[in-house]
Order: sequence, then structure tokens, then C-alpha cells
Amino acid sequence: MDTLVLLTLTGLGLGALYFLIASGLALIFGLMDVLNFAHGAFLTVSVYAAWRTAETVGGMPGLLLAAVVGTLTGLLLAAVVELVLVRRLYGRVKEQILVTVGLSLAVPALVQTVWGADARPFPVPDALSGTVGVLGARVPVNRFLLVAVALLVLAGIHLFLSRTRYGLIVRAGVEDRAMVTALGIDVTRAFTLVFALGGALAGLAGVLGGLYFGSLSPHQGTSLLVFAFVVVIIGGLVSITSVALSALTVGLVQQYANYYAGGYGDLAVVVLLAAVVLSRPAAGTGSPLTRLRRALTAPRTRSAGGTA
Amino acid sequence: MTATRTPRATPAAPAPSVKDTPGANHGLLRRLRPATVPVAVLLVLALLPYSALDIPVLLDGPVNSPGSLQLFALCLVFGALALGYDLMFGRTGLLSFGHALYIAGGSYGTQLAMTELGLGLLPAALLTVVLGALAALVLGAVSLRTLALGSVGFAMVTLAFAQAGSIYVERNPGGLTGGEEGLPLYVDGVPDALVGVQNTANVYWLALAYLVLVAGVVWTVTARPAGRVWQAIRDNEQRVAVLGRSPFAHKLGAFVLASSLAVLGGVVHLLVTAGATPHTSTPEFTLTLLVMVVLGGSGTRWGPVVGGVLFTYLDQRLGGWDLGVEPMLILGSLFVLAVYLAPGGITALGRRRSA
Repeated sequence: MDTLVLLTLTGLGLGALYFLIASGLALIFGLMDVLNFAHGAFLTVSVYAAWRTAETVGGMPGLLLAAVVGTLTGLLLAAVVELVLVRRLYGRVKEQILVTVGLSLAVPALVQTVWGADARPFPVPDALSGTVGVLGARVPVNRFLLVAVALLVLAGIHLFLSRTRYGLIVRAGVEDRAMVTALGIDVTRAFTLVFALGGALAGLAGVLGGLYFGSLSPHQGTSLLVFAFVVVIIGGLVSITSVALSALTVGLVQQYANYYAGGYGDLAVVVLLAAVVLSRPAAGTGSPLTRLRRALTAPRTRSAGGTA
Repeated sequence: MTATRTPRATPAAPAPSVKDTPGANHGLLRRLRPATVPVAVLLVLALLPYSALDIPVLLDGPVNSPGSLQLFALCLVFGALALGYDLMFGRTGLLSFGHALYIAGGSYGTQLAMTELGLGLLPAALLTVVLGALAALVLGAVSLRTLALGSVGFAMVTLAFAQAGSIYVERNPGGLTGGEEGLPLYVDGVPDALVGVQNTANVYWLALAYLVLVAGVVWTVTARPAGRVWQAIRDNEQRVAVLGRSPFAHKLGAFVLASSLAVLGGVVHLLVTAGATPHTSTPEFTLTLLVMVVLGGSGTRWGPVVGGVLFTYLDQRLGGWDLGVEPMLILGSLFVLAVYLAPGGITALGRRRSA
């Protein structure tokens, strides 16, 4: 029982981490069709900036400051990348992906040049390094912090999307970008906003990832990014809540399989992905005509529970 | 490096001879003309191990020293791998991030078939290629189903599969894959002519043979009806479907063919580097292939080869020049610049200038 509790809470923590990375990815992809490979690079740079801050200041204030610095670093980096690089390639999706691919190779190499290839310990304050007894299990405190932050972010994104004018533009843009443009709304500003928001979330995820893993390395962001992609596919870009549920599932499956299936949690996630992909009714096998007919006759299920 | 320079020098040569010859030879020569550039390049490349030329900064030793030949062999392997990858990316428009899975599969599969099953190199390689093609068929069918999510779904699913393979390799299950260390080539299973420093020339020729095979397959298939359908899928998939061709079957065909070539490339990579390295299984490895293809010029005859050779050469040499930075920082930045400044790749730049 205590193992199950520990696994569940750790899985929730991991899911929270995935959610923070995947929500930004899903928004960017949904709005701009850009598969942002540089997302992991944003995370990596942010966690190094946060690490420097936490080392310099030290203790709990250091961590809080590090969280702010990490988030801001991600935000600034993403905004600059969008304004300087991605924006020029507007409408050329493949080139946009290629540029982010180039960044995902160059930026970790830059970090490696400056701080070396070896993993470094992330300073965890005493208040967060202990464990708490839950139903007989000793659960690390930082798991609760991760879940709490993810819930706050989920609520925040939800409010942003449903209650603000820019949230409305983003939601409409995800649904039908051409229509929004036709109505005379400048979608490109929403692009920058979403990119920066995603970068900020990636930065925050980097700091929390530092707490979760207790270490940081130049390629940490890239390896987390792959699971964030998996979360995005399983979530299916329906809504931000579906991304959260999918992140939760992936985190839990990974933890359970790691323990009960001999350390093959990562493989279990990929099997889950394949199962979801195969069970989804829409497919590339049908011709566009049948797909069109199906879309016209069947009521739209996509927007049923959706917010994004 | 010779590979990049020769094609520009030769095309002009045979043109006048076609005009001069009497009508009888006309058709034959015209048919042979497209082959002159590849044949000339092939001849120069095949004769490289006999050249003792010393190029100061660009190479550490003479052309036929084992170190240089090893570098050339690696360049050729990557040129061929990039060309095979372009079968999906440039020719069919499929953005796969899982190509590394098949390359690593070829390396590790052959090595393990030799050590665990006691097979010789040839049967082991054959078994690996057959199994790899079957795996590509299954995984390709699963990956291509996600295209409902846009072509990006395919990219993400192939990435996830490759990541699973990469994690499996690094976990080192039962001591099979050697974890982060990789596996040194099992020399007892390999013919003596392909082992050891004194036989680097043979390994080089093997790499060249692989490049010739890949170029032959890719150039032939893309000129055939199937290749035309791939090109049509790249340009307008809906139209292909309306015209009654199955985009799914053709894309799967391209995927399986490219993956099988990659498995074979993994076998050659195993022999050239004398070992299976976990780096070949990482998604980053696929990204570098993508960078090579785009740098050289995707969807073109020579672009991917040139890109692969040039990228590998720089990647290997930049470290030796001691610039104080990671080679990938320079190459990645170069790539980002190239997307803006040379959208068609290096080969397109040359063409634009000469035209």
C-alpha cells in the first residue's frame, strides 16, 4: 500500500512537470502549427540561470528568486526567438520547425561549452528536501509542490483563455486562424504572447525539474521534451484540461511501469502512445473525400468539452 | 572533399563530344551522359586510397593514411545516410524524427546477432536488415496513422519510438547493449579484411559501396512511377488520393525503403567506427541527419550527399582545431543561418551562381 501511495504521488509530480512543458507546446502548436523543438532548449537555459541564482543567494529565498529568474529567462528567450527568428518564416511551417531544430542543437551545445557536459547538483532548500508520511509512505515534499504549482498554472491558463481578450483571440486562433485574421485581428501578436507564455512555463518547469531530479545537465530539457510531445499527442489538442489529464496519465503509467515492470516505464509510455494512436478513429487511411463526408455528417465532437 | 568539387568541373566536358559524334552514337551517348558525373565522382573516390597527397590544414595526414581514410569513410556513410533520409523528407515530404532507431538497430542488431547467435557478419547483417524492414513496416503503419493530427503527428510518434529505443539501449538490459559505453565490434565474426588499422582502405571501400548502393536505389526509385507518386504526395497529398492512388501505401513504402537502407547503414557504421555507440540511437542523431539534408539541399540528387559529407567533416574536424566551443554550437548556428540565407541548400547556391 505504502509503495502504491509513493508511486502515485511521484507519478503525479512527474505528470505535473510534463504538464508545465506540454501546455506551452500544445498552445504553440495549436495556434501556430509550430512543433517547437527549441522548447527543451528554453528549459535548459532557464534551469541553468535558476541554478546560478539559487547558488548565489542560497536557501529558501534563493529558490524563490531562482523560480522567478528561471521563468523570466524562459519568457524572454522565447519572446526573442519568436520575434527574431520564427516570425520571419510566417506561413512556412517546415522552415519554422527546422529553425527550432537548429536551436535545439546549438543551445545545449552553448550551455555545455560554458558549464561543461557533466550533471550538476541543484541546490534544494532543507524545507523541501525532506519527506512527509502519507498513509505509511515517506513521500518527498517537492512532489506536493510540483502538483500544487501545476494546479495553479492549470487554473491560470484556464482563466487566461476563458476570461481575457487575448485568451479569446488565442482560442479562436487555434480553432480557425484564417477567420480570426479575416476579422481584422492581429494574430501575430497572439503568436508572440503564446510563445513567450510557453517559454515562461518551460522555465518554471525547468526549476521544478531541478527540484524533482535534484540535478541539472545540458540535455535535460531535450529528454523531457520528448515526453512532453507524447503528452501532447495523447491529449490530442482538445483543451488545456485534456493536456493536463494526458500528462497525469503519462506520469502515472511511467512510475507504475518503472516499479512493476522492471524499470521499463519509458517503454510503457510509448506503448500507451501507440495504443492511443491506433484506437483513435480518424486515420490517414481514409481518403479525404470520406473524411470530409464524415466531418460534414457527424456532429463535431472536438469542441464538446473543449476550452482551448 | 573531392566529392564536392568534381561534379562542377566535369559536366561541361562531354557536351561537345555529343555534338561532334555521328548520328549512330548519338542516342547511346545521350543516354550515358547523365551517368558521367556520378561515374567520375565514383572513380575519384575509389582511387583515393592510392593518393599520398598531403593537405596541410584540412587533413592530419596524407590522404591515404588510416586516419584520413577513416574520416572519409565516415563522411561517405553519413552522405549515404542523409541521402536515404531524404527519401522520406525531401522526396515524400515525411518529417521523421525516428530514423536513428533503424541505424542503431542495424549496428546493435548485427553486433548482437554475431555475439549472441554466433552468426557470421553476412548472415547477421542479412537477418538484421530483414527484421529491421519488418519493424519499419509495423512502426511505420502505426506512425502514419497519426497523420490525422497533421504531418506533425507523424514526426512526434516516430520521435517517441526512437526515444524508446534510445532509452532501451542506454538502460543496458541484461548487459546486452553496453549502456553508455556501447559495444566494441566483435572482430571474431568479421572477415579479417575489414578489421584493423592496416585494412582501413577496405572499410573505406565498403563505405563507398554503401553510398553507391543508396544512391543507386534512391535515384532509380525516385525516377520510377512510385517516386513520382511520392513527389506528388509531397506537393499535394489530397490530389493524389482523389486521383485514386493510396497515399498511405506509398508513404509506408517510402518509410520502409528508407528505414531498410538505414538499417544497412547501421551495419556499415558499425564496421567503420569499429563499434556500436549509443549516440546513434538518440533523437539528436536524427536531427543531425535532417540538418545535413537541409544544409546540402533536400529533394535533390547531390544535396543530401554533399550536406552529409560536409557536416560530418566539420563535426569531426572542428573539435581538432581547438576553437574552445562545441562543434554542435557552430553547426547548429550555421544551420539556423542557412535556413534563412540558403533555403535550397548549398548545392542550390552553386547552381544559382553558375546560371
